[in-house]
Amino acid sequence: MHYDTIAAISTPMGEGAIAIVRLSGDEAIQLTSRIFRSPSGKNLADEPSHTIHYGHLIDPSTEEVVEEVMVSIMRAPKTFTREDVVEVNCHGGLVAVKRVLQLILKEGARLAEPGEFTKRAFLNGRIDLSQAEAVMDLIRAKTDRAMNVALNQMDGKLSRLIGDLRQALLETLAQVEVNIDYPEYDDVEEVTIPLMIEKCSWVSEEIDKLLRTSSQGKILREGLSTVIVGRPNVGKSSLLNSLVQENKAIVTDIAGTTRDIIEEYVNVRGVPLRLVDTAGIRETEDIVERIGVERSRQVLKEADLILLVLNSSEELTEEDKRLFEATEGMDRIIVTNKTDLPRKLDFTEVENLVENPKIVATSLMKEEGVDELEEAISKLFFEGSLEAGDLTYVSNARHIALLHKAHATIQDAIAAAEANVPVDMIQIDVTRTWEILGEIVGDTVQESLINQLFSQFCLGK
Amino acid sequence: MPQFEAGTFDCIVIGAGHAGVEAALASAKMGASTLALTMNLDMIAFMPCNPSLGGPAKGIVVREIDALGGAMAKVIDKTHIQMRMLNTGKGPAVRALRAQADKVLYQQEMKRTLEEQENLTLHQGVVEKLIVEDDEVKGVLTQIGAIYRAKTVIITTGTFLRGEIIIGDLKYSSGPNNQMPSIGLADSLRELGLETVRFKTGTPPRVNGKTIDYSKTEIQPGDDVPRAFSYETTEFIMDQLPCWLTYTTPATHEIINENLHLSPMYSGMIQGKGPRYCPSIEDKIVRFADKSRHQIFLEPEGRNTKEYYVQGLSTSLPEHVQRKLLESVPGLEKAEMMRAGYAIEYDAIVPTQLWPTLETKKIRNLYTAGQINGTSGYEEAAAQGIMAGINAASRVLGKEEVVLSRSDAYIGVLIDDLVTKGTNEPYRLLTSRAEYRLLLRHDNADLRLTEIGYRLGMISEERHEAFLAKKQLIEEEIDRLRQMTIKPSEEVQEIIRESEGAELKEPMKAADLLKRPEMKYSQIARIVPPSEEKPEDVAEQVEIFIKYEGYIQKSMQQVDRMKKMENKKIPEDIDYHAISGLAKEAKTNLSEVRPLSIAQASRISGVNPADISILLVYIEQGKIAKISG
Repeated sequence: MHYDTIAAISTPMGEGAIAIVRLSGDEAIQLTSRIFRSPSGKNLADEPSHTIHYGHLIDPSTEEVVEEVMVSIMRAPKTFTREDVVEVNCHGGLVAVKRVLQLILKEGARLAEPGEFTKRAFLNGRIDLSQAEAVMDLIRAKTDRAMNVALNQMDGKLSRLIGDLRQALLETLAQVEVNIDYPEYDDVEEVTIPLMIEKCSWVSEEIDKLLRTSSQGKILREGLSTVIVGRPNVGKSSLLNSLVQENKAIVTDIAGTTRDIIEEYVNVRGVPLRLVDTAGIRETEDIVERIGVERSRQVLKEADLILLVLNSSEELTEEDKRLFEATEGMDRIIVTNKTDLPRKLDFTEVENLVENPKIVATSLMKEEGVDELEEAISKLFFEGSLEAGDLTYVSNARHIALLHKAHATIQDAIAAAEANVPVDMIQIDVTRTWEILGEIVGDTVQESLINQLFSQFCLGK
Repeated sequence: MPQFEAGTFDCIVIGAGHAGVEAALASAKMGASTLALTMNLDMIAFMPCNPSLGGPAKGIVVREIDALGGAMAKVIDKTHIQMRMLNTGKGPAVRALRAQADKVLYQQEMKRTLEEQENLTLHQGVVEKLIVEDDEVKGVLTQIGAIYRAKTVIITTGTFLRGEIIIGDLKYSSGPNNQMPSIGLADSLRELGLETVRFKTGTPPRVNGKTIDYSKTEIQPGDDVPRAFSYETTEFIMDQLPCWLTYTTPATHEIINENLHLSPMYSGMIQGKGPRYCPSIEDKIVRFADKSRHQIFLEPEGRNTKEYYVQGLSTSLPEHVQRKLLESVPGLEKAEMMRAGYAIEYDAIVPTQLWPTLETKKIRNLYTAGQINGTSGYEEAAAQGIMAGINAASRVLGKEEVVLSRSDAYIGVLIDDLVTKGTNEPYRLLTSRAEYRLLLRHDNADLRLTEIGYRLGMISEERHEAFLAKKQLIEEEIDRLRQMTIKPSEEVQEIIRESEGAELKEPMKAADLLKRPEMKYSQIARIVPPSEEKPEDVAEQVEIFIKYEGYIQKSMQQVDRMKKMENKKIPEDIDYHAISGLAKEAKTNLSEVRPLSIAQASRISGVNPADISILLVYIEQGKIAKISG
């Protein structure tokens, strides 16, 4: 029996030294070999069974290195599932392993259903009869749990957005279908190629937007990239410490693979913050000084949120103003620290520099104002005033993989439309997109197209 | 009433409508001695509604029936008054042929076809009761006490089962067009424990063509090229009659709104569920109030009559309101109504009680086909008829049963939908119901099904040979174009420029050039001429196959995936209630439908992927248990 190739993270979620992503199916080895580069240039597909190989996973679309890995290949039938199996060992930690999984899914594997490896092992005759009942219980239990989890995870905003996209596709599809099934009815406008391109492009852009929030790795997956800036001795490191202490850093000291900036993760009232260059702040208290102007600009450019710290016991300096300039147009919270000392800072001057400034006064030494700051961060995020906050966040690997698929399919439709392929052929890819999006929200009933047809249009003899 | 033995047959077909005639012909052609029983021999293959056959999806079904050796295509080819190819501006998958029929000629031609068929006895009689012993059908008993014994029985009674006609507040027991309804048989089926539902359909008034003012309408002529449904037709009817197009007016809509309380649809008199795709005019105007007008097609019912079918004006309003409606339509102001429109309610069998062979699960050797199974449309009926006939005869002759899959034919889609999902309204085929519609085209019905028809003995040797020759020509020409290289000569660029394509920059395979949307096979054949000119149908196949290869491959891959699941059979004796992991809804629905394969199970409503996984594991477990036990 041959099934498609599935993949899943097979080590427990959480922090371990290593994590494993496992693939099973006919394509498992071929697929991995496409994204694996070994220093000696060997091709996994040519390697013998039950061997392990060191190398890097790369994203073939960008040629970027995703992760340093050890890959085991095991050919059928002497494997757990009796199919070809690949195990990718990568660094522990949620971020790394999710990236690897996503790459594999993007390359064509399907995310395994709960219990699916075990199920395959059974179906391929690997497990004996006494274990069968247990397998069925496992599938049921895991599915129910996974469904609950999925439902809970499913952001209302995301499912609404997907729903909107599907509805738009459905209306177009229904119109195409009516054109086909009732060719002589002039009640219904003919779906033309330009109309098809217009509708598909809109859907494609929306999917793209969703994917951007996921591929930038922002927010729920990796945290909101946050930079604390300020002159020396305004209290940046105190601010960092109180944020970290109050919220207990959830991940510490992950060294980036391509740069040596140290980051810390904190969860502020449900908003995950990735505090960038925390080491820099701790060591030198001056990000600009330490990494140079160019580099700091780069760090600032990639930030989602700036915490700009001022000393309220001093007047605004030229250096402060330069920081305002450098962070112009970004999401900022102005922290005026040292309120325990007599105030010299001119607030009207600050307000003139920033439109609608969000200012929080703190005395970090006296541990005052931190609550207000956290409140401000959470407000900025949840009320959607952050730029990234206008988008819906896609954090689930399954969703991301499906969105990639949907995007590729709708692109096929657009390409076909541009090549003047007949509308009813383009429609094949549009239908597929609609189905894929349906898989995200768990709804692919074909009947709904026919219902749409009859509710939207007046037809008949 | 004294009873008497009237004869013994392999197969009895009750009813001779569009399902009945195909069932009887198929069974007889395959070699089973067949009796066709009908209430009225003058009503064989009668069209009580539109005088037309074909159109999107349905037209493809007519060709599929022909490829299997059925009669519908050949008969309409001889008796139509007009033919048109629809959707010519769209892709090849959705093109469809439609014919306007001469209703009377169609009936006569079909009757003659039945009369000439060997192994087939045609007889007038009203079946009162089925003879069933030990859950197996043994024959039928007619009104006059005649007992016909048979190994198999096919019921194709259309809308006759407890039929009731409704016009305004008038309601009376009747089959379509005031024929006798079938009451005794309906009771007999209920007594046997078959579950039925009440459906409704309707038809518009007919008018005298002599009283139509055609100057206020638009002419709708047939195509002026020869067209035919059957692959065997060689004579084409070129003398065609036009149809005429007009529209409803604000006055029409006002009349309906004013008289809505008289409509049995809204007064609650009609209980049956009507089809959404075939709404009455009152339905259209209520549900789509913002539409200022609706199309009305005036269709002649034949060459020897002036009677016109008023398509678009289906209604069950009282006759005096129908007259006013007609008066409000341009061209029909002075039209004489010859027959009033009416709604008809009837019993249909819940089709999930059938196996995919159309045999009832409850009564062995009993088959049902056509509108009785909850469908609507002549073509849908005929499609089920031919399949029921084939399967009943196969049972008698000890041959393997024949079930077409969703990727084989629209007929497969139709029957699978019926027996797997059931239907809560009269079911009509739509192209959107076919997930592989690119593979199920009207132009390749013969390539898909001739071999099956031949194997069953329903296709002649001669036709089969012609078919094989065509298939070979197609394959050879595709291969040739894949190998031939076209160089960018001035002559080639000239041909490319004809259809405003981009000039060749470097040599290219002929097949790749044909892939360009603007290029036609005829142009490629001019650049690289074949040794002898290819027939048009061969050229068409070559062009479609090469042009849409990418899409076709994609569809084929989907089919392969489905076939794997289709090949995973579910044992007939499986007890779903004994499988602990299945969800309750899945248990209930699986027990009712009793799917034959995992693929079919996955299409049942309320059965989710987890249930399918559990089912797979359970079946595998059973296999192991058998080996080790």
